[in-house]
Formats: sequence, C-alpha cells, structure tokens
Amino acid sequence: MKVVLQNLTKRFPNRNKKGDDVIAVNDFNFEIPDGKLIGLLGPSGCGKSTTLNLICGLETPSSGKILFGDDDVTRLPPENRGVGLVFQNYALYPHLTVLDNILFPLQNLRGTEKLTKQQMQEKALTAARLVQIDQLLERKPSELSGGQQQRVAIARALVKMPRVLLLDEPLSNLDARLRLQTREEIRRIQQETGITTIFVTHDQDEAMSISDMIVVMKDGVVQQIGQPQDVYDSPVNLFVATFLGTPPINVLDGRVQGGRLYIGDAAVLAVPGVGDQKVSVGIRPEAFTLDEKGPFEVSLSRVEVMGRDTSVVSTHPASRNPFIRAIIPARNKVDRTAKTVRFSLMGEKVFLFDANTDARIYFDAE
Amino acid sequence: MKKKSMKGWLYLLPAILFLGCFMVYPLIDVLIYSFEEGYNSASQTYTGIGLYNYSYVLRDPYFLQAVRNTFLLVIITVPLSTGIALLISLGLNAIKPLRNLFQTVYFLPYVTNTLAVGLVFMILFKKTAYSDGLINLLIQWFGGNSVDFIDGPYWAKMFVLCFYTVWVVMPFKILILTSALASVNPEYYSAAKMDATRSFRVFYKITLPMISPMIFYLVITGFIGAFKAYSDAVALFGTDLNAAGMNTIVGYVYDMLYGNSGGYPSFASAAALILFAIVLTITVINLMISNKKVHY
Amino acid sequence: MENKIDFDRIERRAAARKKTFRAVDYFFLVIWALMVLFPFYWMILTSVKSYSTYNAEYIPKFFTLSPTFQNYVDAFTTVSLGRYFLNTIIFTVITTAVMMVVIIPAAFAFARLEFPGKSLAFTLFLSLMMIPNELVVITNFVTITNLHLRNTFTGLILPSVTSVFYIYLLKENFEQIPDELYRAARVDGTSDFKYLTRVMLPISKPTLVTIVILKVIECWNAYVWPRLITDDARYFLVSNGIQEIRENGFGRENIPAMMAAVVVISAPLIVLFLIFRKKVMAGVSRGGTKG
Repeated sequence: MKVVLQNLTKRFPNRNKKGDDVIAVNDFNFEIPDGKLIGLLGPSGCGKSTTLNLICGLETPSSGKILFGDDDVTRLPPENRGVGLVFQNYALYPHLTVLDNILFPLQNLRGTEKLTKQQMQEKALTAARLVQIDQLLERKPSELSGGQQQRVAIARALVKMPRVLLLDEPLSNLDARLRLQTREEIRRIQQETGITTIFVTHDQDEAMSISDMIVVMKDGVVQQIGQPQDVYDSPVNLFVATFLGTPPINVLDGRVQGGRLYIGDAAVLAVPGVGDQKVSVGIRPEAFTLDEKGPFEVSLSRVEVMGRDTSVVSTHPASRNPFIRAIIPARNKVDRTAKTVRFSLMGEKVFLFDANTDARIYFDAE
Repeated sequence: MKKKSMKGWLYLLPAILFLGCFMVYPLIDVLIYSFEEGYNSASQTYTGIGLYNYSYVLRDPYFLQAVRNTFLLVIITVPLSTGIALLISLGLNAIKPLRNLFQTVYFLPYVTNTLAVGLVFMILFKKTAYSDGLINLLIQWFGGNSVDFIDGPYWAKMFVLCFYTVWVVMPFKILILTSALASVNPEYYSAAKMDATRSFRVFYKITLPMISPMIFYLVITGFIGAFKAYSDAVALFGTDLNAAGMNTIVGYVYDMLYGNSGGYPSFASAAALILFAIVLTITVINLMISNKKVHY
Repeated sequence: MENKIDFDRIERRAAARKKTFRAVDYFFLVIWALMVLFPFYWMILTSVKSYSTYNAEYIPKFFTLSPTFQNYVDAFTTVSLGRYFLNTIIFTVITTAVMMVVIIPAAFAFARLEFPGKSLAFTLFLSLMMIPNELVVITNFVTITNLHLRNTFTGLILPSVTSVFYIYLLKENFEQIPDELYRAARVDGTSDFKYLTRVMLPISKPTLVTIVILKVIECWNAYVWPRLITDDARYFLVSNGIQEIRENGFGRENIPAMMAAVVVISAPLIVLFLIFRKKVMAGVSRGGTKG
C-alpha cells in the first residue's frame, strides 16, 4: 500500500494559553512507495512520533491530507484505517496470554470479515511463526524477555494483515546485543510480508542499517528524504550531516577564496565553482588520508586503536568541537610521539555549508 | 547492643500500653464473656461456663431479625453501590471539562456526619401529619400511592436504608475506581483502538481485568463495612431499632450492652463473635474467589 | 469513488456516536451530582424557613423568599449545640494529638530500630488489624464503666486513641526513606530521637497530614463509642447531640431548627474538605474506609 502525505501539518495549542501554538509537524510531503521499509529519524521532539500518530489516526492533522493508496483517510478513525501499530512499550495486555494477545485483533472483526475460531487460530499461528515465538504461546507477557515481548507486539500488529505497519521506537527498550539482532529481524519480517512499514527512531545506526529510505526530521520540518547511503553521502544541510554517521562528522570554520577552501591559513582543498565566502566545513572521519606533504595539519592528541581501523584524535583551532577525529586503515602507522600530523582530504567526503543558513554549497570534487 | 535493644521497646511502649488495654485484653475478655453463663453485671458473678449465651442469641427473634436485615442490606447494597460507582467512574473518566467539579461533589457525602445527613433523608422520606414528604409527593405526582418510608411497611424502610447506605458509601468507591481507571496505561486503549475493538469489548477485555484488583478490594471492604452497618439505621429510624424492626447485628450487640434492653455483656459478646465469624467466613470466601479471578 | 462515499459515512457516524455518548455521559453525571447535592440543598433550604412557614407547606417549596436565621439562633440557645460543638472539637483535637504521639515512635521503632522480638511483635501487631472494633467495644465499655470514667473526656478519648492501621501506614512511609540518610545521621552523631524529629518527620509530612485528616474525619463522625459512654448531655458530641435533638430537643416537629443544627454540624468538615480537597482525597484513597 502506497502512503501519501500531503502538506501534513499538526499544531498543538501552547499549554500556557498566551504562547504561540507548537508546530509538531510542518508541511510534510512524502509519497511512500508500496512495500518499502521507511525510517523516520530525528532527535527527540522533532515530530517523528507525531507523524506516526497522524498516520495511524491517533491524532488528526491540523491541515493536509493522508492517503492510503487512493483512499483519503485523513479524518478516518484509526480503527477503520487498517494499520498495525507496535508501541514503544509494546502495550501487551498483561492479563492475556501471548496467544490471546495475538488473537485479540482478529476477535474484533465483524460482519463479512468475521473469522471462525479455526481460521483465527491458524492466522495467529502463522503470525507467531513469522516472528518465531510459536513456542511461547501459553505464556503471559510478564514471563517474557524484552525481545520476546517485542516479537509478540509485532505479531499482534501483523496478524490482521494491516495495509501499513507502524513501529514506534521499536528497539529503544532492548539492550545493545538484542538491538542488532532485532533490527535484522524487523527487516526480514518486512521483506517476507511485503507490508509498507514505517518506523520511528532517534538512532541513526538503526535507521541507516535496515531502511529502504530514511526521512530526517528536525523541529517538525523534514530535512531530507532518500536512500540511507545517498543521504549519508550527500546531506542537504549541516544538521543532516552531523546527525548521520558514527563517529560524527567533524565541523570546522573555513572560508573559500579563489576556488580554494582555506582552514586557518592552509588551503586544504580545491572547490571549483564556489564563490568567495565564509563557510562551515564538514569533514567525514573517513575523509582523511595520512600524507606527509598533505595540506591539512593538526596537533596530535592521541591515537586509538580499534582493531580494523585506527582513530586519530587531534585538535585544530578552527574546529567547532574539542577534537577532530580521523579514521584511517590500521595498516597506516601513525607516529604517536609526533606533535603534529598532516592529512590530505578526499573531496567527496568534505561538505561545505553556508555559514549563515547551514545549507549545502555544492562543488565538483574531482 | 543491649542498650539499643531496650530502646526499640521503649519507643513501642505507649502503643503497646494502649493496644494492650483497649484491644488485646478486650479481645480475650470478650471470648470469656461469651462463655460465661448468667453473668450479672452488678455483682460481676456468673453461674457457669458453656454455650448458653450463643444458643440464647441464636434463638432471640430480635437477633434473627437483625441478621435478616443485615444480610438483605449487604446483598442489596454491595453489588449495587459497586456497580453504580463503576458506571459513574467510567463516565467521569471519559470527560475532561468539569471532571474536577464532579469529583468534588461526588466526594461530599464522605465528609459529612452520617447521623446529621440521615436526618435530612428521614425528612425527605417521612410522612407526617403536616406533609407527605417530598419523596411521597413525587410518587403521587407520578401517579403512585404514598408510603411512609420511615414508619411504614418493611420493604419501604429497607428501601430507604439501602438507598441511604449506597449514598454514603459511594464517594469512597467512586474515588478508588476513578484513580484505578486513570492508572490504566493509555497505550492499551490506543492499541485496542488500532485493532478496531468495540467499546464494550475494550471495557470487558481490557479495562475490567486491569482494574479487577481494585474492584475486589472494594467488594471485600464493602462486605465488611455493610455487615457492620448501624449508624445509618440509627440516623433514619432512631435509637430504638428493635421496635422499628430495622435493627442490625451491630445494633443488636449495642442494645444488649447498653440502653433500655442493655446490661447483658455476655449476650453482646456472643452476638459480636457470631458477627465476626460471619464476616471472616465471607472475607475468606471473597479472597478465594478473587485469587482465582483477579489477574496479576 | 464508491470508496470515498463509504469513508465519509464512517467518519460522520463515528463523530455522531461520540457526540451522543458524551451527551448521555454528562446527563448521568449531572443526575448523580443532583442526587448528592439535593440533601444538602434541602437541609440548608429548610433551615432558613421559619417554623410556621415550613409547617404550612403541605407541598414543600423548592425555594424561600423570606429566609430567616432564627432557627440558627434557636439551635444554639434552645439546645446546647454550642456545647456539643465544643466537646467534639476538644475530643477531636486531643484524640488526634495523643494518637500521633503514640503512633509516631511505634512506627519509627518498627521501621528503623533493631530489637529482639521485633518480627514477632510486628506479626502480632499486624494480626490486630483484622480485629473489628465491635468486638472490643464490649469490654472497653465495661472497663471504662468500672473505672468510673463514664461521662468524662478521659473515658471518651482513651479507647479511641489506638489505631493499628495508621501505625502501619506510617511505618511503610518511614521505610521508604533511604537507609543512607539514617547511616549518614549516625555517622554525624545524631541520636535516634533527633533523627526522627529532624529528618523523618519533615520528610513524611504528607503522610502525617493524611493521617491527621483521616483521624479528624473519624473523630468528628464518631457515634457509637460516645453514645455508649456518655448519657450526660454535657458530654455529648455532635453525633449524639443530633440524635438527642431528634428525640428530645426542640419538640419533635421543629424540623427547620433541627436542620439548622444539621447544617452547623456538617459545615466544618465540608469547609475543611473544600480547602484541602486534594490532600483529603489523596489521603482517603491511600488509606481510608468509612468508619
């Protein structure tokens, strides 16, 4: 099912009545293709959860439209939308067994959709097998681990074959190891069922690793929509650049003069086609190459060995953060006693942003 | 260490003194009283030990009347008040504007003097030479026949007693149930909504199980409270409840102890212990049922 | 296109259902509110009708255009309502105060101190919670009579002081105060008593207030014990007073004066409740049953 969001806006009245309305979602436009896994990504309070609630119908938009396929569902109550929602805290009914929890949505069906007990049982079993909890059907939610509860919640959302599946921070209550495993699981389940799935997260790793497309949001405004790699490789503004990537991008003050990028007094990169101006420079940690004759010189603080890679931590007066972090292959040895290190930079991993608006300034990297 | 250990008991001493004198000793004493036959409170002598007090009480028509009244009161008011309180709490839970105002109003009977307000009820229901009373006028207005609810037929008196009892116990039940309802995680309702659950099913399958511990708590305390009914009856029918035929078991105990028919602490003790046995049995049965039914 | 019409209908139906439900809901809530409020209205209304007006109304009027306060004057002069009132205040204040003095150290001992036999003492003590008052009243009545304390405040107050439940409530609260505070105080050389008064009591203030409120309500409405132990009208509390007024005061038919007395008796707790609304309701839901 294709999901279309048109000029979707949600305002909340300010709590102290005098203040302005809080705009949780501002003019959201997006056509979610059928059968894809979409990650809604942003820091807390960016409006991603509100967007999810608008799609499932727990909130009604102040303006704009939501379409499922060709049906306008904007004002439709949630129960008629045919969406499945997995809550952050799962919201499993504690007094019902796993099986009864999964059966619950099916027992609500009425009229022509009404199922026989046999059919319900089969559907519930199929859903349980899909998320691999068919061994636990007689247990109560309190007897399950966090990961198992999560699976039950997904099974419950999937059992009635929703047109759209929504997951609110699906991994936030799991520990690190389980998180890795579960996100693969979500990907697998989504691909097996082919249901259009939207999930909300504040963890960029999570979103990048399994989504077909990600939507980066900030303060209710969509910043960028695209395939994870594309967004990472070509962020449209400073916020998206800093939000994606671990370790995070290094941000420095710089200026462009005569088609060259200067950091401090050193011309570090050729940036053809960019006019003379002050800029913010974003340099991905993997943009650095050790080069004794390289143009970019930094004061070495320490070297961290991480096995596969080596992380070179250094300082530079123009850096906005206390440290600059460069990731280089472990085979390239760094002299730990040296005061300074020189790097050359890969043009396609360096981004320029307008110093005032933070908007991306494009140049042709050779 | 020795000094420290004494200290604990020292802090407890006042409580132990009070409890010992006015709770533990009376408890033992009431048992003894109940078996002392022919106790004379003037000379403080008795003629023998045995079960005569119990058999006397159990054959006393006033006691049987009191037992009948009390059981009727319990059977009628406990389910009724719990049910109505649940409906009102659900109604309260569903609204936002004026909710605080309603809650405050509903709580008022809790802080009023049972005897004092009972008097108002008596006036509303009583038929006198001067006026048939407001309730009777209402009944007549609807085309019914007026009845004296205070000095009239038994069913009418029982009706007023139940009505007043429900009125009095309602605030506590509404309060407990509204806070129980409010503490149900709203995500469950959202989840149910997503699954197109009909509202009756939401209530029956989610709300009710979630608040079932509180409902059982109310039923148990309701049973205990209703079995001890007394001052409501006094408020409506005056202190001579035997004459009015509206005595309760507790009323019987006090009448045996004091007042016109008083001076028989042995009979009073026996009756009180019978009441205690009844309440204990019912509470145990309640707890057994609730252990089976209450989830968690 | 067919789909769209269908959706519109679903939307409209859902909205209409919601509206109807809300209207019905408010209707029933208002009905119950009226049932609760009506007796209060009626008692105030009757209390400002004059004796002759009231008795002349075969069909009682729902309002009066000539309110009189004579009934209130009568309530204080014809019967000794003022005395009942004062008695109740004395009884309530002393009982509550003595109770606090008794239960605070007891709760502290159970919550904080270690002493031999503590767990046994606490178990015995918990089992006392199950004992209904009706069972012990009998002997207490005999005890107080034999001590010749009938018709005295001492006799009224002594058996009303004990409350196992409040000790339990307070003990639970004390136990929630972290152990570290106690150890820190011990290290600083604070005595147990000082720790209790300086640290625990201030922290437990909400619970203490709750207990006081519950006890005040209980005392103000006390009926059974005062009735047993007093037959001299000089020691009546308001509950007995109202019963006395009903049976012997004013002459049986002076209902407006009776209602004035009822208003006067009911007012203090209601005013107290309206001021401390949140505290009272929180307190009752944490640990109260009527009576």
